Amino acid sequence: MKLFVNGMEIEVPASAMEKRIVEFLREDLDLTGAKNACDIGACGACTILVNDEPNRICIKLVKDFDGARILTIEGLAAPDGALHPLQQAFLDCGAIQCGYCTPGMVLTAHAFLLKNPRPTRDQIRQAIFKNLCRCTGYQQIIDAIEKAAPHYQGKSDGRGGA
Amino acid sequence: MSKPETKCWRNDAYAKVTGKAKFTDDLKFANVLHAAPAYSDFVHARIVSIDTSAAEKISGVVRVLTAKDVPGLNRFGQIIRDYRIFADDKIRYHGDVVAIVVAETREIAIHAAQLVKVNAEPLPAVLDPEAAMLPDSPLVHENHGSNIVNTHVVRRGNVDDGFKQADFVVEQDFSTQFIEHAYMETEAAVCVPRSTDGVIEVYGSMQHPFSTRRFVAACLDVALSEIEVIGTPMGGGFGGKDDTAAIVCARTALAAKLLGRPVKMVYRRDWSMRESYKRHPYRVLYKMGVTKTGRITAVQCRIVADGGAYCSVTPWVTWRSTVQCCGPYAVENVHCDTFGVYTNNVVAGAMRGFGSPQMNFVIEQIVEMAAQRVGISGIEFRRRNMVRQGSVTITGQKLDGHKVAMEQALDAVLREIDYENKLAHISHGKADGDELYGIGVAMSYRGVSLGAEGVDFCAAIINAQADGSIFLETGIHENGQGSESAMLLICAEELGVDLNRIRYRRSSTSNIPDSGTTVASRGTIMGGGATALAARELKKKIAKAFCAKLGCSADEVRFKNNFVCGKSDTDRIAFADAMRQMWAMQKFPFALGTFKAPRVSWDEHTGQGDAYFTWVYGCQAVELTVNKKSGKVKLLNAVAAHDVGRAVNPEMVRGQIYGGMAMSAGYALHEEVKASGGKMTTLNLNTYRIPRSMDLPEMKVIIVENPDPVSPTGAKSIGEPANEILAPAIANAIFNATGQRHFSLPIKLGAIPEITCCEEGCK
Repeated sequence: MKLFVNGMEIEVPASAMEKRIVEFLREDLDLTGAKNACDIGACGACTILVNDEPNRICIKLVKDFDGARILTIEGLAAPDGALHPLQQAFLDCGAIQCGYCTPGMVLTAHAFLLKNPRPTRDQIRQAIFKNLCRCTGYQQIIDAIEKAAPHYQGKSDGRGGA
Repeated sequence: MSKPETKCWRNDAYAKVTGKAKFTDDLKFANVLHAAPAYSDFVHARIVSIDTSAAEKISGVVRVLTAKDVPGLNRFGQIIRDYRIFADDKIRYHGDVVAIVVAETREIAIHAAQLVKVNAEPLPAVLDPEAAMLPDSPLVHENHGSNIVNTHVVRRGNVDDGFKQADFVVEQDFSTQFIEHAYMETEAAVCVPRSTDGVIEVYGSMQHPFSTRRFVAACLDVALSEIEVIGTPMGGGFGGKDDTAAIVCARTALAAKLLGRPVKMVYRRDWSMRESYKRHPYRVLYKMGVTKTGRITAVQCRIVADGGAYCSVTPWVTWRSTVQCCGPYAVENVHCDTFGVYTNNVVAGAMRGFGSPQMNFVIEQIVEMAAQRVGISGIEFRRRNMVRQGSVTITGQKLDGHKVAMEQALDAVLREIDYENKLAHISHGKADGDELYGIGVAMSYRGVSLGAEGVDFCAAIINAQADGSIFLETGIHENGQGSESAMLLICAEELGVDLNRIRYRRSSTSNIPDSGTTVASRGTIMGGGATALAARELKKKIAKAFCAKLGCSADEVRFKNNFVCGKSDTDRIAFADAMRQMWAMQKFPFALGTFKAPRVSWDEHTGQGDAYFTWVYGCQAVELTVNKKSGKVKLLNAVAAHDVGRAVNPEMVRGQIYGGMAMSAGYALHEEVKASGGKMTTLNLNTYRIPRSMDLPEMKVIIVENPDPVSPTGAKSIGEPANEILAPAIANAIFNATGQRHFSLPIKLGAIPEITCCEEGCK
């Protein structure tokens, strides 16, 4: 079976099919941005995008993702390391403290803005409802998502100029 | 100094937002083993034997470690060494660990850990702290002689006289719950034996590298120099990565030392919830006497804190509660008795606030209740009693070394939220529709840093290189709060150089002197103070080396815009040039800065003394609605004002306050560690409910700055002050909405009965 992870085609060995996909990404591909914080899909720290939809992968197996297009936090910045405008907004707005929820939060927000590039603050609040953060009270995270929204207007991947 | 490019600056933000930051579980070492803890199903029992044979037979298990494998001290504790690294004589709570299983994979370790069998004689479980204090109660620690861990008192004036002067007495019982820190990253450690010199390297999620080193070394019976704790990004602490985090490191290090291989132990959420210590539940009996004119004449209170199975920092937590038992009010007659108590419940220890959230929940409701009896507004009542410049606290400390900003913070919040006008619209149990509206306020003052709790000093090292780049390191730990960034900003400002010249050196307990734990909201004031003093020391060295060339005295040398300048801006040497020349002169541009907290004092018998070297002041208010039918509370808006001395990194100050308010909202409305017969039932984030985005309102922060003369940078504290007053503000708002007072946390509302007369004030 194959996966497309951050634009790269990955051939999955049969031995990995029954693994949890969060472990496959973290251990086999060394993509450790997705965190394992509850193991039951309650906190959102393991969120990645599968075909542009947020998925909580701590409760799912590799074999469930045959042929899927996966985006992890490692794939959001440009190959030269330049931050995606959404990531830059997280920096600018002080939306990062301990950083443990950050990868899942950024990806959830990315998926949301792809669908709704003109959100109200309430809609943003609703969009990140499933991602827990214990540090920030979400205020600056919502600020950051709001700030990044104009970059998603017109161009679908959020890299458009605001 | 040159401003950072973005309005908020953090040295670790890029790594965190790109997923490159390596937390403990992200670290990889060749040939690593995995460990998992084994628990028993007892709550209180005398251990007869621990049978590890079934676990040892599992293929892939390398070793099972118990107390008998500990070469050094199996005891741990910052105050009383009563906490076992591995339970040996007794099981004292359901989270006691009897063994760890070390295996080739995590799955095998977890599976085998369930096969460790504990043979024990059950003992009656002591679960109620009041009952635990009675002389006939079974003892949790027999050799302590009693279940009372500690007592504290305040004896000020004469409360009998004080109550005689009172026209009204308000008396009420309050209780609060166990709550969980719920840091997103659980406890974790990887310990690596260094082949070159045998040192055990410890990478882990903890907020106190030095005490971790101390307890790991004691457990392994090796010198401090044989353990190196290396700074690792940490997914939140909130006071919770202290004792348990160190024990997890000690068990892991023991395995690494005995087996000669790297060992990783990453806690599953249910282990973390079951074993890690919590915020103390309090029972408080509070009695306040007031005159018709709204003056507090006396306070009598009795505080009982459930410390759970081990001492942890219960004496220190309850000490802060005692010192601050009257909130920010000057009261002349005070009689306070405080007890920390052992039970067989989960251990209680440090949590953000450290004994103040419980007391503020009490005090900030009592003042409103008293005001209503007197017939004045809660705000006016506060104004008549609050501490002001030169006031004397209930422990006899005169507040005069800094700006007493209590009223400044209160006024800022009232103005921003438009309190007086909105107060006119509260429902007080009556509304045409289903939603009852309320607004509430609460305020506090807080002693900064450790106070008379402990030794309080901190080091910073600045090591400039020959090309003008600079290393900075402090004894303060990056818990996620942005301490490294604050230190870097302070260093850049002091030295007049660009931030990008300075690199925060990855911290190591083998490099910087032991500067204590990163707790008590002491990071910025202590670490920042040490950084500023180190920078000033370095500037003196540089000034001495170049003053002749610059044609001025050493005192006249200035540091700005990446130059070392004389009297005029044109007499200058580029900072990088200066560093190169110093190298050539065989002078090291290196400095160690030490900031010692000013003297504090305490008399344990009278509860009098200068408890803290300085204080901070804060106020928060909230608007909410309560649904009449469901009792559901919706927070609409929250405002906070805090005096932080000086805001080094303002956006991060705001972040602390937003996050503190959120956690306090959870404390008020949702959070509760539940147990049945001493066995916890809330073991993951589905049943233990921390606030989600939809639970919280838009929040507004007002930063009040009154630079503090005792702080080298002017900065003070914010982590904990932010977390200690929204719960009582919510309780006050719920009263204003429903006409009902709630005296226990979390506040549980059902359908709201129609009221015809409020329970307070209507005479």
